[in-house]
Amino acid sequence: MRIEIDPAGRESPWWVTIAAVVLAFGLVAVFIFFTGKDPSVVFAKMLGGAFGTTFGLTETLVKAIPLMLCGLGVSLAYRIQVWNIGAEGQFLVGAIAATAVTIYLPWLPGWATLPVMVIAGLVAGGIWGLFTALPKVWFNVNELIISLMLNYIGVLGLNYVVFGPWRDPKGMNFPGTPPFTDAQSLPVFGDSRLHFGLILALLAVVLVAVFVKSTRWGYELRLIGANPEAARHAGINLPRHIVVVMLLSGGLAGLAGMAEVSGVAHKLMYGISPGYGYTAIIVAWIARLNPFGIVVSSVLFGGLIVGGYSVQTIGLPSSISSLLQGAVLFFLIAGSILGKVRIRWN
Amino acid sequence: MDDILAVDLRRITKKFGSVVANDEVDFSVRPGEIHALLGENGAGKSTIMCMLSGVYRPTSGQIYLNNQLARIHSPKDAVKLGVGMVFQNFRLVPTLTAAENLVLGEVRPIGRTKGWMAKKTAEIEALAQKFGLGFPADRPIWQLSVGEQQRVEIVKTLYRGANLIILDEPTSVLTPGEADQLFATLLELRKERKTVILTTHKLKEVMAIADRISVMRKGKMLATLDKSATNEHEVARLMVGQDRQELKARASRPAGATILTIEDLMVPGDHGLPALDGFSMTIRQGEIVGIAGVAGNGQKELAEVLAGLRTWKRGTIRFRDDQWKGASVRQSIESGISHVPENRMKSGLAGSLGSVDNLLVKSYRSPARSRWGFLRTVGNRLWSQGLVDQFDVKTAHLDAPVHQMSGGNQQKLLFAREIHHKPHLMVAVHPTQGLDVGATDGVHNLLTGLRDEGKSVLLISEDLDELLLLSDRIVVLFGGKSMGEVTRDTADRERLGLWMAGVL
Repeated sequence: MRIEIDPAGRESPWWVTIAAVVLAFGLVAVFIFFTGKDPSVVFAKMLGGAFGTTFGLTETLVKAIPLMLCGLGVSLAYRIQVWNIGAEGQFLVGAIAATAVTIYLPWLPGWATLPVMVIAGLVAGGIWGLFTALPKVWFNVNELIISLMLNYIGVLGLNYVVFGPWRDPKGMNFPGTPPFTDAQSLPVFGDSRLHFGLILALLAVVLVAVFVKSTRWGYELRLIGANPEAARHAGINLPRHIVVVMLLSGGLAGLAGMAEVSGVAHKLMYGISPGYGYTAIIVAWIARLNPFGIVVSSVLFGGLIVGGYSVQTIGLPSSISSLLQGAVLFFLIAGSILGKVRIRWN
Repeated sequence: MDDILAVDLRRITKKFGSVVANDEVDFSVRPGEIHALLGENGAGKSTIMCMLSGVYRPTSGQIYLNNQLARIHSPKDAVKLGVGMVFQNFRLVPTLTAAENLVLGEVRPIGRTKGWMAKKTAEIEALAQKFGLGFPADRPIWQLSVGEQQRVEIVKTLYRGANLIILDEPTSVLTPGEADQLFATLLELRKERKTVILTTHKLKEVMAIADRISVMRKGKMLATLDKSATNEHEVARLMVGQDRQELKARASRPAGATILTIEDLMVPGDHGLPALDGFSMTIRQGEIVGIAGVAGNGQKELAEVLAGLRTWKRGTIRFRDDQWKGASVRQSIESGISHVPENRMKSGLAGSLGSVDNLLVKSYRSPARSRWGFLRTVGNRLWSQGLVDQFDVKTAHLDAPVHQMSGGNQQKLLFAREIHHKPHLMVAVHPTQGLDVGATDGVHNLLTGLRDEGKSVLLISEDLDELLLLSDRIVVLFGGKSMGEVTRDTADRERLGLWMAGVL
């Protein structure tokens, strides 16, 4: 028996994704078993909490919105093999910029407030993306490192404004800004917490899907992603594409940040993101960068987060859902690497 | 003559799948000699070297080292048996110093690291000094010149106890001064009774330094000659082959107006040294101009300049009525130059994409293929199907990834794309490499077809037979310069062979 690496590196079949999810649940089941609980009960609780009630379902969708937007953002970058892991920072600066509109431009007429906040979030996230793209194209700096480091700058920037200049004087020392007015908040559906950001996110999904599939720009991205050298031979300007894609990638994450402060928290506060920008990386990969797949995977991971809260009632920490996320990513990566390995009998 | 042979290959055959790289090769090297292994690209030299250094194992046949049957199953075995190999692209860690690179993998005694390293450095420096191989042992590799890095590689083999040192194209990356220094080193090694095997295509170097010369061609060992008993002409004749088969020279029409003029072109290569230097040529409408030469003499750079992928430092390029100001792929495509690159899967096609996306590469910007930034999806599929049918590309369906196709079909697809683009000039680099006879014929017909339509073709190939078959004129490149030019009627293999080896 010999084990060989297939140099052609064929894409692994679709069922590898499903298998990765199943194996991840299997692995976490073992962990749960050793805590003395019945895994099937815990999983049933998670499933029921996330999808079983109207409240759970809307909460799941609320969590899915930032995941969808950030996942869509990073997927654009991954299409051309730019490894943007900075969605977290881009999300945060988008949230900060949208909040800045409420702090510094309170006189804006009501109808203009939300559009300006949307633009602020998009632009701030896009600029954060540029901070990754420009050093990469100018000095060939590794985007993984810059985008990751920029996340910490984003977190510290957030902490500075909510503990410092923007802190609500009436907020009992809670690190957060004053609550947004109605004009600064995205409308919600009925009496749920589900907000208009879902429409924005779905709109972004459709736009990205159309653009990457049917435009010249999308074709250029496809060619760069499949073979950058062939793209160069076609006269495609790779640096310009990296800049534009990072601008959009960061912009989408920034929009997610705007939607989160304006639609859910109604203020900017400490710890506004439970790691949406990082989870979005898994969301994008599990969907194989397919925009509509990202809708499905972000709802799945939104459900994981909400399900994680509901298992707290039976005495398990909500980090069970982090465990599951990590396990899914682990098996997904293992699957794509092992997919290139061939075992031959001779 | 010694009874002991440093190297003795007996009836070595090496197959890669159905390709026979070495066909019952006998090859022997005496101890303490400098032995040059000559041959065109693909003659099988590298395969022999790789078998000696444990990278490949022969399919059949035996290797004897110092009259002992040698079992070389890995590079480690080769080192143990005293075989050291200096590859063309060096195997050094750029951030480590020369000394650190040499001791890499050795167990370092705990607790006295600094003293141990100093001792090793001194040992290495002494060894280097002995053979006149100076380099700063305590500076990181990336700070050293290419010549110095090569010396590190040579000392590495000596440090590991090599008695047989194999050098693959050692002068290809060196400046002339560095090359002279290398030859002095090789003579020094011979004085110490080390055995040296080197491959090169530069005949002058071979005649200057080698004791004996072995010539390979198409996987076979043709002859081993004593340098004193031969001359450049004989060696060149052996290299390019004497078999004057009747060439089905394809009828050509008189060529038209000049379409491309290159004057005094200087193009820096990847290492910064000039790859083309003072190169001039012209191409006229309706002719196929062949570029002959051994790989690495500037052919790749010439093709890249014409495709707009590489800039030049000096000289002028005039294509049709435009004087080019700088390199631009778009300019090159739009002015009507097609490019069939050397490695179709590396730079020509995107393997994971289907036929439609691969056919669109050069034309997706045109109004026929896209409108207002949107691709004409349906129209493009019909258009692709038409091209696939016209060029007889065999594919499961239009969306099947092209890496699943055979090499011949990939090349057909590539030609379909490049010919559809209605080029005034087609630059084809090794267009039949790796293709079977039928597919090769197909490519030849496409190229002559273009010429018969009054288009021009620049054909870069290492296969002299192919060049003689198709070209109206042949220009020989050596060391970035044109060695000379022959027309179809005055073509003479021996002269071409000498030019290719750098002898005027």
